[in-house]
Amino acid sequence: MFDWPVVLAALPDFFRGLRVTLILLAIALATGFVLSIPLAMARVSQNKWLSMPVFLFTYVIRGTPLLVQMFMVYHGLAQFEWMRQSAVWFLFKDAWFCAWLVFSISTTAYTTEIFAGALRQTPSGELEAAQSLGMTKLQIYARILWPGALRRALPQYSNEVVGLMHATAVASTVTLVEITRVARDVYYNHLSVTDSFGVAAVFYFVLTFTVVGIFKLLEKRYLKHLNRKVSGPVPAR
Amino acid sequence: MILHGYLPAIVGGLKSTLSVAALSLLVACVFGLLGAAAKLPESRVAHWIADIYTTLIRGVPELLLMLLLFYGGQITINNLADRQGWGYIDINPFMAGVLVLGFIFGAYLTETFRAAILAIPRGQIEAGHAYGLRPLQVFSRIVLPQMIRHAIPGFANNWLIMVKATALVSIIGLDDMVHRASLAASATREPFTFYATIAVIYLAITTVSLVGLHLVQKRYSLGVRKVDF
Repeated sequence: MFDWPVVLAALPDFFRGLRVTLILLAIALATGFVLSIPLAMARVSQNKWLSMPVFLFTYVIRGTPLLVQMFMVYHGLAQFEWMRQSAVWFLFKDAWFCAWLVFSISTTAYTTEIFAGALRQTPSGELEAAQSLGMTKLQIYARILWPGALRRALPQYSNEVVGLMHATAVASTVTLVEITRVARDVYYNHLSVTDSFGVAAVFYFVLTFTVVGIFKLLEKRYLKHLNRKVSGPVPAR
Repeated sequence: MILHGYLPAIVGGLKSTLSVAALSLLVACVFGLLGAAAKLPESRVAHWIADIYTTLIRGVPELLLMLLLFYGGQITINNLADRQGWGYIDINPFMAGVLVLGFIFGAYLTETFRAAILAIPRGQIEAGHAYGLRPLQVFSRIVLPQMIRHAIPGFANNWLIMVKATALVSIIGLDDMVHRASLAASATREPFTFYATIAVIYLAITTVSLVGLHLVQKRYSLGVRKVDF
């Protein structure tokens, strides 16, 4: 099935591609996580002036293809003279910067909705108890709402991490040599589907299961109280 | 002139975007129903095959799967054609896109449909059998109408993801909106204008889909009590 000499010769390239994929994933995830915390709080806010703009942001980002967003930023911005004259142009000329920006914005939109959903699921009793103890709003968020919400968000957040990891394949369209790009180059050189895309699929597959495995461990640790085997008999159906 | 006269071209691209999405959805439903049926506790081998299918597909990026299935399929078909002496067969990106997207999203729909079938009380299906309905009748009269209600949210999600995934098909040569926009962008040197235009069109498709699915959901939830906490 595989032409081993070709695969072995391409392996160093694939590992370099893996490194690029992982760096893209890590920097976008970190940015998205940090931005999603305040945005999710704004999203669930009673104040329309806070929640509406965040809703619009997530709606627009989640409603358009990532590929188009990437093209808009990487190819599109060069259209404007003022953009090319501006001090930040050297950043937007760089594929790395554009990929980081687009992936971060995209994962921020999805993560914000996941976190906002988890915040909304907080049992109202917890909130009332915190308020009756005289906690300030910030204390309630830091001590009551977020510890619970982030736990509840774990399964969906794991899906988002896998989704973003798969989305980094789009970076191959803007000159970044990540796993998919390496696969395409190998394909054009050897015209063998298994040695190129097949090997890349194995890389992604292993990555996916590593991410899923890590989150299974995290869930075991942080959602222990929900594990019915530990906390009591399984209710009869 | 609006968009330097490229508007009709973009709208033409919209047609292929929408038809690829709609046809892939159809194909995905077929794969999804087959997968969901295979995962019901009837046959161990079928369950096993369906498990491999959903796990493999969901573990790899759509773009890579598209490249893999497109080029792989092309080589397989041409090898076959060579042996049979049919000569070179050029694969139509439209059909390839439909089949590949349908195959990929069938894996996601398998899980949606399976969960939807499991949400139907088992007793209803047993009652259907007890009344002497044939398996197909049980499916069409008891399972399907209720399954649709449970499947709508997941289905809606998959449709929205699929419309956006059609953008990737432009990479394997489909003449869709993204492809038309990039042609217009390089001809006019106004890439932002054209990419922003199609982004707005995608957003409009999303909005219309959400409204439509809300109506469908209402129709299929008639007579179902809403729980108010």
